[in-house]
This record gives sequence, C-alpha cells and structure tokens, in this order.
Amino acid sequence: MEWGGVVGYGLFLLIYGGIYAISALGLNVQWGYTGLFNIGVGGFFLVGAYTSAIMTKGPDFSHLGGFGQPFIVGVLAGGVLAALLALLIGIPTLRLRGDYLAIATIGIAETLRLIVTNEQWLTAGVWGIGGIPKPLFSTFGSAYNAFYAVLVLAAMVLVYFAIERGIRSPWGRVLKAIREDEAVAQAVGKDVFRFKLQALVLGAFFMGVAGALFAHFVGYISPEAFEPMNATFLVWVMLIVGGSGNSKGAILGAFIVWVIWSGTEFVAAALPPALGPRAHALRIVLIGLLLMVMLLVRPQGVLGEERQVSKLLRQESGSRQASAGG
Amino acid sequence: MAQLILYGLIYGGIISLGAIGLTLIARILRFSHFAHGDMMALGAYLALLFRVTLGLPMWAAAIIAVVSTAVAAIAIDRLFYKPLRRTGPTILLIASVGVALVLRHVIQFFWGAAPQVYQRGVERPWIVWGLRIRPVQAWILVMAVLLVVGVWLFLQKTKTGKAMRAMADNMDLAAVSGIDTERMIVWTWVLGASLAAAAGIMLGLDTQLRPAMGWLMLLPLFAAAILGGLGNPYGAIAGGMIIALAQELSTLVFNTAYKPAVSFVLMVLLLLLRPQGLFGGKA
Amino acid sequence: MALLEVSGLRAGYAEVDILHGVQLTVQAGEIVCVVGPNGAGKSTLMKAIFGLVPVRAGRIVFQGEDITGLGPAQIVRRGMCYVPQNNNVFPSLTVEENLEMGAFIHPGDFRQKMEEMFELFPILKERRRQKAGNMSGGQQQMVAMARALMLDPKLLLLDEPTAGLSPKFAELVLEKVVEINQRGVSVLMIEQNARAGLAISHRGYVLTMGRNRLDDTGHNLMANEEVGRLFLGG
Repeated sequence: MEWGGVVGYGLFLLIYGGIYAISALGLNVQWGYTGLFNIGVGGFFLVGAYTSAIMTKGPDFSHLGGFGQPFIVGVLAGGVLAALLALLIGIPTLRLRGDYLAIATIGIAETLRLIVTNEQWLTAGVWGIGGIPKPLFSTFGSAYNAFYAVLVLAAMVLVYFAIERGIRSPWGRVLKAIREDEAVAQAVGKDVFRFKLQALVLGAFFMGVAGALFAHFVGYISPEAFEPMNATFLVWVMLIVGGSGNSKGAILGAFIVWVIWSGTEFVAAALPPALGPRAHALRIVLIGLLLMVMLLVRPQGVLGEERQVSKLLRQESGSRQASAGG
Repeated sequence: MAQLILYGLIYGGIISLGAIGLTLIARILRFSHFAHGDMMALGAYLALLFRVTLGLPMWAAAIIAVVSTAVAAIAIDRLFYKPLRRTGPTILLIASVGVALVLRHVIQFFWGAAPQVYQRGVERPWIVWGLRIRPVQAWILVMAVLLVVGVWLFLQKTKTGKAMRAMADNMDLAAVSGIDTERMIVWTWVLGASLAAAAGIMLGLDTQLRPAMGWLMLLPLFAAAILGGLGNPYGAIAGGMIIALAQELSTLVFNTAYKPAVSFVLMVLLLLLRPQGLFGGKA
Repeated sequence: MALLEVSGLRAGYAEVDILHGVQLTVQAGEIVCVVGPNGAGKSTLMKAIFGLVPVRAGRIVFQGEDITGLGPAQIVRRGMCYVPQNNNVFPSLTVEENLEMGAFIHPGDFRQKMEEMFELFPILKERRRQKAGNMSGGQQQMVAMARALMLDPKLLLLDEPTAGLSPKFAELVLEKVVEINQRGVSVLMIEQNARAGLAISHRGYVLTMGRNRLDDTGHNLMANEEVGRLFLGG
C-alpha cells in the first residue's frame, strides 16, 4: 500500500512534470531565448487540449466532435492550432513594445476562456468535455500511468533535442541577439520581426502539444482547468526557478516546482476541511512568494543560463559602445 | 440605449480612474503594472473590512481604505519593485504578475472566494428623464467626476503634479534638472494606488466584491490606457470612457458574457491600425 | 582657482573606456569650447563631469570642491546645470512649466527669474503657454537653455547647442551663449561647428580618441593649421 502510493505519486510527478516541462520549454524558446513576453501560456495550452479532445473523440451531441482521429493526429493538430493562434496574435503586436505582447497574450487567454465557457455547441461550456480517448488504454490496463509517463517523457526529450538543435544553429543565435539588443540585430540586417514571430509560433506549438497530452491523460477538461494560475503562472515560475535561457533549467524547474506545488496540496489536504478553499489560496500565495524571492535572490534560476554569447553580438555591442561616445 | 450609455459612463469613470494610475506608472516607472487591477480589489476589500467588520460609515471606510492601499503600494514597491528596478522593465513586469497573484489570493485567503457586498438589500432606483439610476450609482458618477477633476488640478497646478508630468515626459531631463526622482516615484504610487482603490470601491458598490474582480479589470484597464496612448493621463480618461461605452453597447449585439472580450478586440484593432493610441502623438 | 578643474579623467560605458585621461579647466567668466571629430568622447566628457557616466579614474573639482562620483541631483545643487543635446525639453509641458521644472529645487519664488529669462529670450514670453513639443528646434533649444539657467548656475554645460538648427538659428543661439556669458555665467560647450564655436570662445580644447590633442585660445586654435586641416574643412 505504502509502496503503491509512492510509485503512484512518482508516476504522477513524471507525467505532470513532463507535461509542464514541455510547456516550460516552449516558454523558454519565447522568453528565455528571444525575450518575448507571453503571459497567456494557458491560452495556447487550452487550445491544444480542446483541439485534441474534439479531434479524437467519437460523436458526442453535447459539443462539436465526431472526427475520431487517432491520438497522434489530435496532439499535432492541438500544437498546430496553438501555433496558428500565436501567428494571429504575433502579427499585430510583435513590431510594438514588449509589453503589448504581454497584454495581448493575457487578452487572448482570457477571451479563449470566455469562448470555451460560453460556446456550448463547440466545447460543452462549463460542463466540459469528458471521455477523451486515452491511447492504448486497453493494452496497458493497470500499468497505464507507467506507459503514459514514458510517452510524456519521450515527447519531452524529443522537444528538448529539437530546441537544442535549433538554438545552437545560426537561427538560435539570432534569437539570442534579438533578446540582448534588438537594435543591434536589426542593424546587422536581421529581419527581427520574422525571427520573433517564428519563436512565438514554435513556443506556442509546444504549449499546444502539452495541452493535448494533458487532455488525454486526465480524460476530462473544463474551463476551470485553464485558470491563469495553473496554466500560465506555474509555467513561468518553473522557468524562472529552473533558469530561463536554459532548456535543462526549464525541465528541472518544471519538476521542482511541480513537487512543491503538489506537496503543498498534501499539506492542504491535511488541514481541517473548513480551511480547504483558504488553503488553496495560501498555496498560490506561497508559489507567488517563491517567484518573488527567486527574482530578488537568484534571478538567473537554479541552473542559470548557459554561456555561449554569439560572436555576432559581442562584436556588435563592442563597436556600438565605442561609437556611443561620439 | 440611453440607459446603456448611462451605465457606460459609470463604468467608464471606474475604468478611467484605474487607467490614469496605470498610465502614470507606465511612464514614470517604465513598466506595465500588471498588479493594478488587484490593487483595485485590495482597496475594495479593505473598505469591506472597515465597513462591515468594523462597522464604520461607508465614507470613512472608503477614505481609510484608500489611504491603506496607498501605504500598501509603497510597501510593495520598497519590498519588490525597487530592488528590481535596475534590472529592467521586463523583470518588473514578471514581478508585478507575481504581486497580482499574491494580492488576489491573500484577499481570497482572508475573505473567501464567495461574492460579498457592502450593504445588503435592494435600492430602489430613481427615475430621471426615463432613465433608471440607483442612488449609489449617482454617487459613483459624482465621485468619479470629482476625482478626475481633482487629479487634473493636481497634475496641472501643483509643483509635484507638474514634476510628475515632467518625469512622464522625459525621465533623464527630470533627473538632470534636479527633480528628486525617487520621491516622485513614491508620489506616483500614492496617486496611482489611491485612484485604483477608489475605483475598486466604486466597482464594489456598483456590483459586488469578488477576489477575481481585479484580474478581470486588467484587460479593460490596459485597453483604456493603450487607447489613450499609454503616456498621457488625460488620454487614459478618454480611453476609459470609450472602452466602457463599447462594452455596454456591445450587449445590444453580443452575449453579455463577452463584455470583457470587447475591450481586448478593440485593443488589438487599435494596435493594428494606430499603435501610438487614439490621442497619442509620437511613441 | 579655476571654476572647474578636470584632471586625468577616465570614463566610459560598460567595459569600454571612452576617455583615457582627459584634463580640462574652466576659469570663472570664460566660455570654453570642446571640439573634435565624431567619437572623440566629447559628449562622454560632458556627461562624466555632470555625473551621468561613471568615472573610473581622475578628479573633477568644481569651485574648490571634489565632485567626482556625485550624481546630477547633487551637482545641480552646487551650481552647475546641463543642457543635453537631444530631448532637452519636456514636450507636453508649456514653456512656463518647463522653466518651473528648471527651478524645481529652488524653494522660493521663481517668477522673478522667469521674467529674467523672458527678457533674455523674448520669443519665449510670447509663447509662454505653448507646449514645448510644438515649437521649432531653435525655440526648443532656447527653452532648454532657459530651463538650465533658472537656478542661476555658475557653470552651464551645453552639448552641441546648434545641432540640427538652420544657420540663422544657430547663429542666434551662439549669440545668446555670449549674452548669457556676459551676465556672469561661465560656459563649457561642445560644438560640432568648430569654427563658429571657437569664434565666440575664450579658450578651446581639441579632443581626439578620448585624449587631449591641443588647447589654446579660441582665436589661436582657429588659426592653427592642424586644427584647420582636421575640422575646419580647409
């Protein structure tokens, strides 16, 4: 019994930590590498989850559906739709100051929550979508969580290597140059807007995939699951704790923060039931304070950023500083 | 229709008061303050504390709540924002999202998630020229106008107010002129937080108090501030009125639930067509 | 004793030094002009004196007091005011409000001083209620100088006061500099039009690559062959 509990918790940790890690890796492409301020992570996560759920389910009269596509198609469609959404939001905002993107992403996340809450025909509204297919459920039966943990971790590793490859290429160095000094990147002839858009879209794709993996694991989604706290803020804390600008940091942060987050749930569960809703608020206050302390004490995160300043940047910033004396 | 416009004016007053502070902070502290909505909520709940728990009259509760919110804002600035000021506006932005979350859930911790009101019972609305307006709404409208005029006088006539506008205009030149920028930052928080608290209390009077009320106000606030060009406090007032009227009038066509989305759509349209704001000059 | 005495000044941004040991003095009552090619460090010199760029070595002594390492707010209080090259007015404030901001740290009444400024720059009196941002470049330069003079400084720093102005306005601005000087304010200025700047100056410094190259009276520098070849175009 004891052992079963530990193993069960360990699998949950791997699954949720892995799903959050994919989201955090996506955010790391946007914020960590490119400096794009997306506070609507939850919106892209939501699109991924709902898209995949609708794509893979059989007919259900309570909402749009009946496409019955395989799991993998659903997950990819979730990612693609999230990416398209990023494209839509990026075009009007990425040429403007960074804050505008932040505001617009919050806006899109909140608007999406309104849509899934109110458009019954599409998403069944507050009732939520249940019975989302679990891939190969009958094959694995009682060992299903172990299988799903492997599946999620495999996806996470795949995403990790894809990002690492991209970021070590010339493309990745341009992203970092944009983050460090947009004017310099522009001055050496890079189409800053296009690179930013690519980073935003790529990151959103991973968030959509994470959302889809989440939907297929829990089997039931409703608007409540995509509160800004769970879907957006936790991911930010993960990235900051782990170390933004570092893919390993994003993964590490995801697992650390998920352990803390779920740990506080155990503590909350031990409190008298009258305190239940309050305990939930207290958990979030604690996570918020964790973020503040991190920002104040160790803003580079546990791992910090990997040092590999691009040659382009170093040369350019040198000559720029020299000319600033004129 | 006229009824909706009246509601729009009331709501517009509330949004404007919040957006003025947001604009001043954006210009003077140079970051988008994502905890501004939650500062509104804090003010509203502090007034609830003084009104209901301590049994003070509403006006006294409101005044004490406004002052306490200003003190809280200065404390938050010293504790969190000031140490981060040197690291740049993006880190401050993240920090303010953190502060927003903490404030909202501190409120939820102490007061619970259920909606609350300052005063039970239903007020009978007055009928003026065929328009229904509850006495409390008339009060809100009057107070909003008075506060906006007060802010205008403060910014236009007092030395501190002019210095705040000067800082919003050109921070470096203000420093070079010998203006004590740190002191002006404190004043910015006092003004911004007081107005936010007043707006939050008005919102609570008009409807009810919920811990999420501040977070939900964030989009209209930013939309109003951006519409006003994110630089000019007077633009923020006009922006607030436009957003509020658009939200109210949208209910003629769309489901009421989509009210908050209206401000977002307006904002995106504006960013596409006229990113410097409706009234803004140079960015 | 010199009004301002800068010695062995090293300063710059981030890791890069722009000034490599500059020396410079301004005597009470003088107009001193700094000339040099782009990138010589003229603006950096001025910002370092005014505490806007960190000083890494050397000393800045103003009226006998070491002000090295002080910030602009403290330096202003000691009687030195600075007019930056760009963005040197508060655009959404009226002319009057701009001047009032110049006198911000002055506790008493500034009306008297403002009238003096209107006497010096009559055009500003006409436009006292106009927003500074809506004025022409030359007029803005006058607002900026008037703003800096509101505190009755001993020394006025001017960074390229004629940059971007039409020849007519440039001439007018330099005339005003002489007039300000005659009222007892010493002036240290940078001028990209070296000939015009040196013509009104008592002394001048030629700066290249962050080092002193030459210093002499304004008149002698204009006659100097090397200076002529370097900057005077002939």
